[in-house]
Amino acid sequence: MTLGEFISRRLFVSIFLLLGVSVIVFGVIRLAPGDPVLVVAGLDSPPEVVESIRKEWGFDLPVYAQYFRWLVRAVRLDFGQSLMTREKVSEMIIARLPASIKLNLVAYALALAISIPMGIYSALKQYSLLDHLGTVVALVGVSMPGFWLGLILILYFALYLGWFPVFGVGTWKHYVLPSVALGASQAAGLMRMTRSSVLEAMNQDYIRTARAKGLAERVVIFKHMLKNASLPIVTIMGMRLAYLLSGSFIIETIFAWPGIGRLAINCLYSRDYFVVQGTVLLTAVMIVFANLIVDVTYCFLDPRIRYQ
Amino acid sequence: MSEGAEKTTNGTAKPEYKESTWGQVIWQRFRKHRLAVTGLVIITLLYGIAMLAPWVAPYDPTDIAPDRRLEKPTAAHPMGLDEVGRDVLSRVIWGARISMTIGFVAAGISLVVGVFLGAVAGYYGGTVDNVIMRVVDVLMSVPTFLLIIAIVAVVGPNITNVMIVIGLTYWSSYARVVRGTVLSLRSIDFVEAARASGNSSLRIILRHVLPNCFAPVIVMATLNVAGSILLETSLSFLGFGVQPPDPSWGNILTTGRQYMRHAPHIALFPGLAISITVLAFNLLGDGLRDALDPRLNA
Repeated sequence: MTLGEFISRRLFVSIFLLLGVSVIVFGVIRLAPGDPVLVVAGLDSPPEVVESIRKEWGFDLPVYAQYFRWLVRAVRLDFGQSLMTREKVSEMIIARLPASIKLNLVAYALALAISIPMGIYSALKQYSLLDHLGTVVALVGVSMPGFWLGLILILYFALYLGWFPVFGVGTWKHYVLPSVALGASQAAGLMRMTRSSVLEAMNQDYIRTARAKGLAERVVIFKHMLKNASLPIVTIMGMRLAYLLSGSFIIETIFAWPGIGRLAINCLYSRDYFVVQGTVLLTAVMIVFANLIVDVTYCFLDPRIRYQ
Repeated sequence: MSEGAEKTTNGTAKPEYKESTWGQVIWQRFRKHRLAVTGLVIITLLYGIAMLAPWVAPYDPTDIAPDRRLEKPTAAHPMGLDEVGRDVLSRVIWGARISMTIGFVAAGISLVVGVFLGAVAGYYGGTVDNVIMRVVDVLMSVPTFLLIIAIVAVVGPNITNVMIVIGLTYWSSYARVVRGTVLSLRSIDFVEAARASGNSSLRIILRHVLPNCFAPVIVMATLNVAGSILLETSLSFLGFGVQPPDPSWGNILTTGRQYMRHAPHIALFPGLAISITVLAFNLLGDGLRDALDPRLNA
C-alpha cells in the first residue's frame, strides 16, 4: 500500500467516525425524559419560540428524518442560533476558536519541550538523582487535578506574588499560568512514557551492536535509538491530543480564557444546547484530524506499517 | 524454606521444597515496591476514614455558623470554616465518602461493561466484533469531558447519573485488552478441548478465557478508579456533579475558587485530598503492574 492509499483509507475511516460522533451528539438531547423541544428551547420559553424551533428542526418528524435534516445542516456548518443571544452558533464558535487553539498549542509545546528531554535524560541516567526527582514530579503531576493546579497557581503566582495576571488575555504573561496548568499533566504522562520507551530501546540488541562497532555514543543515541523509541512516543502524543483538547475546557473556565471551552461550559450552564452541539462536533473533528496526522506520521517513521 | 526436615542417609537435613502459590508470588513481588505498598496503605486509610465518616468527622458537615464565615484554620477547626461556617475538615471527610464511592462504582461499571463487551467481541468475532470495535473507535474520537457534562446536564446532575455516565465512559480500554487476550487464546488447545467436551460458550469464556485477562484488567481498574475520582471532582467543581449541600471534593473547591482571595484555605485542602488519593491509586496501579507482569518471570 502506498502512502497515498493509506491516507485515503484513513480519511474514509475518519468520515465514518465523525458520522458516529454526530449520532451521539444528536442523540444526547433526546436522552432526557419528556419533549426534546422543551429541552432545547428551555422550559420558560414563549410558545411561539417553541413552535418555531419545532418547525425549523422538524421535531414532529420521525427520528431518522430529524437526524438527517440536522446532519445536512451540520455539514454546512449551520448549527442554528444560540437560544440566549440569537447569534449564529457557527459564528460564535469561529470567533472563539483561535484563542483556544493558541492556548492549546502553547500548552502542548511547553509540555513537549519539558517532558521529552527530561524523559530521555531520565532514561539515559537511570537511577540518578534527577531521574528519581523527575519520576516523583511526574507522578505528582499526573495525580493533581488540572483545575486545582490552576487555582493554586493563581493563588500563589497571581494573587500572592503578583507576577502574572489572574485571568483574561492580552499579553504573553496571560499565557503562562493557563498553559502550565493545562500542560502539566500532559508533560507528566509524556515524560514517563518517553522514559520507558527509551529504556526499552536502549536494551535492544542493535544498540549493543552499534556500540560494539565503536560508534560514538552520541551517534548511537540520536541516530539509532531515538528513531525507534520515537514510535510509541508519537502514538502517545497523538492519544494525548484528545485529552488535551478536552482538558482545556475547564482551564479556560478558570482563567476566563475566551475560547470555545469557556463558551461551551457557559452554554451548558444556560442550557443553550445548539452551541454545545456545535462545539462537541467541532472538537471531535479536531481530534479525528489530529489522530489522522499522527497515523500518517507513524507511517513515515515506520515504513512497515504501510504494508499492513 | 525447609521445615520439618527429614534426615538423609548421612544425617544432614533433607531440604523440603515448598512451592509458593501464584498469589503468594505476586504478593512477595508487590511487597518489594515500597511506593506501591505506601499507596495501598493510603488507600486503605482513606477508605476506612470515608466509610467511618459519621464517626470520624469531628462536626456535622451541614452545621452552619453564619457568624463565623470563612474562618481561617485553628486547632479546633484544622481546615477552617467555609462560606456559611461549616467545618471544612468534616466536609472533606464526608466528601471522601461520596467521591470514593462514585469512583469505585463507576470503575466497577466500566469494568463489567468493558470486559463483557470485549469478551463477546473477541469470542464471537465477525460482525459483532466489528460493531463493538467501531463503537470503541467512535468513543475515542469524542471530547469525552464535554460530552459527559452535556449528558449529565440533560439527564439531571445527581449522584446516580454521575456514576452511570462516568462508568460508561471508560469501558473501551477494558474491551480492547480483553478482546486481544480472547483473540490470542481462541485457537489454543485447551479452548478447543473445552468445546470438544461440550462446554457451553459462556462457560468457556468465564472459566478459561477471562482468568487470563486478570492481570491487565486489575491494573486498569486501579488506574480507572483514580480517573473516575478525577472526573467526578471536575464535574462537581463545575456544578454538574454532586450538588450542594452534599459535600464533594469538587464542589468544596467551587466555593474555594470564589473566595480565593480572602479564604485560600478552602481551596487548598480538598485539592490536596484529591491529589493524595489519585497519587495513591497511581502508585498502587504501578506496583500491581510490575508485580503481575509475566515478563518479570525469570
